[in-house]
Amino acid sequence: MCLAVPGKIISIEDESEIMRSGKVDFGGIVKTVNLAFAPDAVINDYVLIHAGFAIARIDEKKAAQTLDELRLFNKSKNDS
Amino acid sequence: MKYIDEYRSSEFVNRYVSRIRKTVRGKWNIMEVCGGQTHAIFKFGLDQLLSSNITLLHGPGCPVCVTPASIIDQAISISLKPGTMLCTFGDMIRVPGNDADLLSARGQGADVKIVYSPLDAIEPAKRLPDREIVFLAIGFETTVPAIASVVLTADRLKIKNFSILNAIVRIPPAVEALLKDPECRIDALLAPGHVCTITGLREYKSLVNKYQIPIIATGFEPVDLIQGIFAAVEQLERGKANLSNRYSRAINFYGNKYAQYIIGQVFDITDREWRGLGTIANSGYNLKEEYKQYDAKNRFDIALTKSDNENKCIVSDILSGRSNPSQCPEFGKTCRPGHPLGPMMVSSEGSCAAYYKYRSNDARR
Repeated sequence: MCLAVPGKIISIEDESEIMRSGKVDFGGIVKTVNLAFAPDAVINDYVLIHAGFAIARIDEKKAAQTLDELRLFNKSKNDS
Repeated sequence: MKYIDEYRSSEFVNRYVSRIRKTVRGKWNIMEVCGGQTHAIFKFGLDQLLSSNITLLHGPGCPVCVTPASIIDQAISISLKPGTMLCTFGDMIRVPGNDADLLSARGQGADVKIVYSPLDAIEPAKRLPDREIVFLAIGFETTVPAIASVVLTADRLKIKNFSILNAIVRIPPAVEALLKDPECRIDALLAPGHVCTITGLREYKSLVNKYQIPIIATGFEPVDLIQGIFAAVEQLERGKANLSNRYSRAINFYGNKYAQYIIGQVFDITDREWRGLGTIANSGYNLKEEYKQYDAKNRFDIALTKSDNENKCIVSDILSGRSNPSQCPEFGKTCRPGHPLGPMMVSSEGSCAAYYKYRSNDARR
């Protein structure tokens, strides 16, 4: 039920408060979604979409940081 | 797809599995709260990669599973009234009420429409002004902003023929009810990542302080989950109890402030009944006085006549982590996805459905 899928905003079509909406690309499938709850998200940002609504803008810096940590962890020597 | 593929790397998962095996000494019970996490764990086989010292318990984070049978009875009763359309998420349609389910109501001529988003329930309300359109509002904090948004939209567009049958719930009070239980076996919690995008982590911080238990906010991909489990094991082995955010690309400590503001415009916090867990204080949302006209319970004569029936389903033991589905004597026998005794065998996120789909061959061996 709390499934949320990341997608990339490709257009913003309505900027009016709770009706804020736009098109989001999910790896080739494009859907119109409500973007009100990601008020700072702009075109090319990734958002998590749940039940037709963006619930969070994905923080690109934090995501990159996590991946760097993972790569570092993967290279660490105290492991077989 | 970006933000999915990189978190499914088997290389990263294996490295974490190996580190967990090296770190773990004690025997630990770790509960993933969210049903979406339960399914991901089974789908990717993470439970089978872990050391036998770690037992994963499956928490109450499946809204379909915790919706009381009496709400389904009310939804059926509304759907059978002439001129109504009941809109629901697809998962709810086969969940048994006390006597029947929404699918059987549809068989009796009820107009039961499956929707993907609460917004899909507003459209027919606009198009069909002579009909009453009711949305069966289930969900956790992840879904509440969407439900609040459609109530506000109905109000602003002066849509009079729309209402919600409200069964939405809040996770932290239910988690606290489990932690307070003297029989609680939970050593660490993986907090539900998507709920936390909305709520933030303040309430979980309070639970960490009060119950001295590690809580790790965790995402839904295999790398996210195994990282969360590793973070929990590391803390448990060091005797620590901290809040940790392992889903920082989506969660910040304070949560989604605009979503919280919109929820606060539409709902007040109230006590709520959970299937299998009873009534939990402050675990639900009620429409505020100024939006009461959108409450289906005020609009239809659906007085509650029955509380939930007892049957052989051990929903309460499973939701609280006391048993796992394969310990239920009915599992895979009288209770199967085609003939469910309880909601957890129906819902795509129910732990019984997960065991049946991914592990029933093991049980039969």
